[in-house]
Order: sequence, then C-alpha cells, then structure tokens
Amino acid sequence: MPAFPEAASSAVADSQLRHNLQKATGTIRRKRAEVVEELDDWSDLRAAGAAIKAHTLSHLDEYLERFETAVTKAGGTVHWARDAAEANRIVVDLVHATGETEAVKIKSMTTQEIELNDALANADISAWETDLAELIVQLDEDTPSHILVPAIHRNRAEIREIFRREMGVSGKPAPADLTDDPADLAEAARRHLREKFLRSRVAISGANFAVADTGSLVVVESEGNGRMCLTMPETLISVVGIEKLIPSWQDLEVFLQLLPRSSTGERMNPYTSTWTGVAAGDGPSAFHVVLLDNGRSSALADEVGSQALRCIRCSACLNVCPVYERTGGHAYGSVYPGPIGAVLTPQLRGTESDVDASLPYASTLCGACYDVCPVAIDIPELLVRLRTKTVEEPKRRGPRGLDVVMRGVGWILGDARRLARVQRLASWSGSWLGKAGRIGRLPWPASKWTNARDAPTPPTESFRSWWQRTRGGNS
Amino acid sequence: MKVALFATCLGDTIFPNAVRATVAVLERMGCSVDFPMAQTCCGQMHTNTGYRRHAVPAVRTFVDAFSGYDAVVAPSGSCVGSVRHQHATVADSAADPELSEAVRQTAPAVRELSEFLVDVLGATDVGAYFPHRVTYHPTCHSLRMLRVDDKPLRLLRSVRGLDLAELPDAEQCCGFGGTFAMKNPDVSVAMGSDKARNVRSTRAEVLCAGDSSCLMHVDGVLSRQRAGIRTMHLAEILACTEEEQ
Repeated sequence: MPAFPEAASSAVADSQLRHNLQKATGTIRRKRAEVVEELDDWSDLRAAGAAIKAHTLSHLDEYLERFETAVTKAGGTVHWARDAAEANRIVVDLVHATGETEAVKIKSMTTQEIELNDALANADISAWETDLAELIVQLDEDTPSHILVPAIHRNRAEIREIFRREMGVSGKPAPADLTDDPADLAEAARRHLREKFLRSRVAISGANFAVADTGSLVVVESEGNGRMCLTMPETLISVVGIEKLIPSWQDLEVFLQLLPRSSTGERMNPYTSTWTGVAAGDGPSAFHVVLLDNGRSSALADEVGSQALRCIRCSACLNVCPVYERTGGHAYGSVYPGPIGAVLTPQLRGTESDVDASLPYASTLCGACYDVCPVAIDIPELLVRLRTKTVEEPKRRGPRGLDVVMRGVGWILGDARRLARVQRLASWSGSWLGKAGRIGRLPWPASKWTNARDAPTPPTESFRSWWQRTRGGNS
Repeated sequence: MKVALFATCLGDTIFPNAVRATVAVLERMGCSVDFPMAQTCCGQMHTNTGYRRHAVPAVRTFVDAFSGYDAVVAPSGSCVGSVRHQHATVADSAADPELSEAVRQTAPAVRELSEFLVDVLGATDVGAYFPHRVTYHPTCHSLRMLRVDDKPLRLLRSVRGLDLAELPDAEQCCGFGGTFAMKNPDVSVAMGSDKARNVRSTRAEVLCAGDSSCLMHVDGVLSRQRAGIRTMHLAEILACTEEEQ
C-alpha cells in the first residue's frame, strides 16, 4: 500500500469517484445537520457520551471481567484474542466444530479489521456478507471505503453491473432485466440473500455496544438483514473490540440517540437488536463472543491517544472531512478511513510502515471532524500528537530533507535578527523572481506548490523594515 | 488604548500590506500601536508538522516580546489560535516551568483583529469605504479554533459601498493547511480549486479572509486560472477610506 499522498493523488484524479463522494457525503452531511439541530440537549448528550466512554475505558479491566461473567451466566462462551491471527483462528475453529462450510455475516468493522473473510476462505469456509453495501463490495472483490456506507464510491449504474456480473457466481443470479432503479437493485439483493439466510446455520457478527452488567450485545442497522442473521442460525459468533463495552443497559439511551443522528442522519435507526446468551427454542443455541484487543490496549495506554477508542463508528467525521471527500476511503490504506482512521489506525498498527506514518498528515487540521464527533474526540489534537510522535521516533533512515528544513527554519524563527536577515534576502530575490507580483512554475521542491498554484512575490520591503524606516525608535 | 501588534512571520515577510493595514485600522480606532521588534513567529508550522521541540524557540521569543501588554492583536486567526491553544502544550513539553508560566500570562491577551475590534473596542463600523463586490471565506481556525462567528462579516457589512456576496460552501476548508499544501499537494489543490470555483460563482471582484496564509493558497489557484479576482486581507478592506479612493 502506498503512503497517503500517492494513494490520494490517484484518487483525486478519478473524477467519477470525486463526483460520487461529493454527492453522497453532501447528502448525509445535510441530513445529519438537520436532525442534530432538532435536539436542544445535543451538547449535553455529547458530553454524556464522551463521559460514559471515558469512564468505561479507564476501568476497562473491571468491566471486561463483569461482561465475561454475565455472558457465561447467560449460557454463552467468551474467548479472548490478543491479535487478528488469534481471533481468526478462534472463529475458524468454532465454525469447523459445527461441521458447516458457510456462514452469513452481519456488517462488522471489527471483522473487516482482522480480515476474517480471508481467513475463513483459507479454511474453505464461505462467508456471505448480508449488508447491502457490504454485499456490493464483496461481490466486486473490492474493499470498503467508508465505515457506514462501504460502497459509497460506487453509483447505481456501477452497482447494477456488479450484480449482473457476479451474483450468479456465488448464488442466485440477478434478473436479466435488472435496471439501476434503487428498488430494483434492493429486490435483487433481497432474493440473492434470502437463499443464504434460509440455508446458513452459522452467523458471524460484530457489535455496536457490549453491556457489561448483563453480558448483552447490541447491533443497530437499517436493513434488518442483521436481525435475520441473529435469529435464524444455530450458532452465533460475535467478534467484539474490547472498547465496545459500556457499563449498563441505561447507558444505551445516550448512544441510541447519538449514533443514528450522527451516522445516517436519522432520529432513530430502523432496527436495534440486542441479544444475551442463549434461550431454549429462541434464536441460536450456541453463542460465542470473541473479545479482540489487536492494538487497543496499547492505544489505551496513551493518555491522550486513548480518546480515539471512544469512537462509536458513526462516520460523521468522514462525511464532513474535506480531505476524505476528495480522496475516498481506499487512500487511507485501512478499514478505518477519514479523520478517525488517521488517528486510530496508526495507534492500532504503529507507525513503522510508510502508509501508517503518513496518515496523521492526511488532514488540514480544519477541525470540522471534532465539531461533529458525537463523543467529542479531539481529532485535530490527536493528529498533531501523532505527528510529533512520528517525527520524534528513532528514524529508520538518516535525517530526511524535511527534518533539515524544519531545524533550519526553527533556528531562524528563534531570533528576530536572523528573521530580519532572511527577509532582506527575500526582498532582494523578490526583485528579480516575479514580474507581475506572482511566481509561476518553479523546480522541485517548490514545484509541489507551483505545479498548480502561483506563488506570491516577496515584497520589496518587509513590514519590520517599513516600521523601522517610518517609525524607528518607537520600540 | 495601547496595543502590541503581532505581525506573524508570514505577514511580516510576505504580506506587509495586510500588517500595515492592521496598523492603519487600529490607529484610526484610537489605539496607540507598538511593534515589539524582538517578535518572530507563533511556531505553528513546527507544532503542527510534529516538530514541537523546534517550536520552543519561537514560543520563547513570543513571550519575551509580548509579555506585559494588556492587548496583543494579530491579523491572523490561525496564528492567534496557535498562541492561545498550542503554546501551553509546546511550553509544557520543554519542561521549563518559567516558560509555561509566561505562556499562561501572555496567551489570553492575544486576539485576532476582528475579535479585538468587536469584542474589545465594541466597534463594527471602523469608518471604511470600499465600493466593490466582495465575498468572504471564514478560515477554519478563525471559525473553529477561535469561534469568531460572524464578527468579520459584521465588520464587512458596515463598510460603506461594499456589496457582500455569499460564498457557497463557505465553511469548507480551502485546502491550505500549513505544510499540508506541500505534503499532500494534489488534495490541497483539489480543495483549493473547489474553493476557487465557488468564489468565481459569486461574481465577486475580491475574495476576503482574515488569514494571509489561506488567501495565498486560493490566490495562487485563482491567479493560475487567470480568474481576475483579487484577494485581500480583511484588514486591507477595513483600512480603505473614502479619502483614499
């Protein structure tokens, strides 16, 4: 995976992608703003959401133990996974134990994060995504590009092509006369998925929330496909990040208001499903929770960075991010794109690779993400902190060009006389650099600025020398 | 009222007209302006690029130059945001309690021009005259770090002769973002081009903002497109009077 600037560069050049993204994020952005505006206690709700999450994270060990006890008492089994490989192995073993070779899946970022579908495929288990957008992405052998709307980078015409081309390969084919009308596309998906719902005996999910007191898991969704997965199969396996814990059932009231308004711009999401252990004659007869760490406890150890673990995956920050709007999610090289991805991914994966080290710089620090975050994660502050960490980490290579420049400029700006000398140099160069007050194309590295933008010509006199000339002695 | 002027490194070096205009407006409003010669920069470029340690000398220079003033005014929302919201962190990281204390004394007195005019002087009409069609871009740090709200617009609405055009998607970032403009040039230019398109759609003669840095970026795009639209700092418009026209 290339670093963000390279990946973003090709994304920016794709005008169809930019059009699809601008349209989709613009629509969700407006809807969100309207429904948030309706609540006069939004800032209180936001503060409550942040406080509940912060409290839970600072006592996570206790709440995890409480959760495990409650799940076990309700007839479920808790498994602990340190990393992706361990989690995948646990899930594969659980599916093998049922003797089944396929499973239906509820849309889940956690299973995307650990690349569970690939691990299952390697173990000859077919995992079928049942969320409409995830289905589109899976059929196209693509990867999600948005937390909430994984196929946001596709338009209707493209989706019709994918359905016609791919549905027949893995199940019920799309009708020959399929149009790109949304209702038509949804109907084709419904028929394709129904066959899988009726056949599958194993379901795999994530969870939006895990309630410590009762051992309950919660999934919110729009389509109801998740509910089919939760009720029809015999075995249910839920892979849940340890940061999804909340203390009590009552805390849900805050998040069930914050989440749908922030994510889909709805007052309430159409389906909220909760499940606790097993019950004879009702739903799955075997229930497993895989609690996943995968870098979370190291993120938790950072006193400022741990804020990112409050995230409830609403994706409001993606929808307002001007950088995301131009690049889409794939440029971020992670299942968590956009502003939250830029702070979460380097914390979960570290900053050793080029892509992970470039992510904290994938922002103008405009602050729009912080304003919309329903749990008040100060993303700009985290970005700056991660940039500092990246710079101060021991280098793999020798000093880079930027290090030398930054050190030099820092030295100049540490003293007014040094700055004045540079200004005199700038004024002198300005007298021959540009004729009409603008500088056109310049060689590298200035080309990074001047390839598509003119640069201002330095003035013949700095403010400082004007002040001294006209008011000398004032100060 | 005695006011210390913080020119900012970019204003001082590249955009002295915006700083001179700031002096003109402040003096017209009855302030006595002082320019501490020891000043350099807020250190934001270093802080925001991750070179926090290299921002320490700039912060130290800042507090040395501006300590003791009741009011410090700068023609930049971004640099004032950096002083008020980042200097403490930079100073704390230097593990120098004296510097941290000096920052806590200095930073709260620093205000962006429109904040100072409206909040401190209680003025929205500064006696300006500018008979042109103008559109205004609220820069991100003015908007979301300082929360200047509509103060710049109230100042512009009081300018005689000025025809204020609403900028579509005004609150979207222009794509400058400090070193972002160099580290991610393609995304930066894509954002700047969308901003430029919106500016052109207003049929304004002048794009106005409270930050020379953001203006430099959008001006660079507009100039390359030969759009024929001037960019002016808010101070430059407020400094214009009928006598000068």
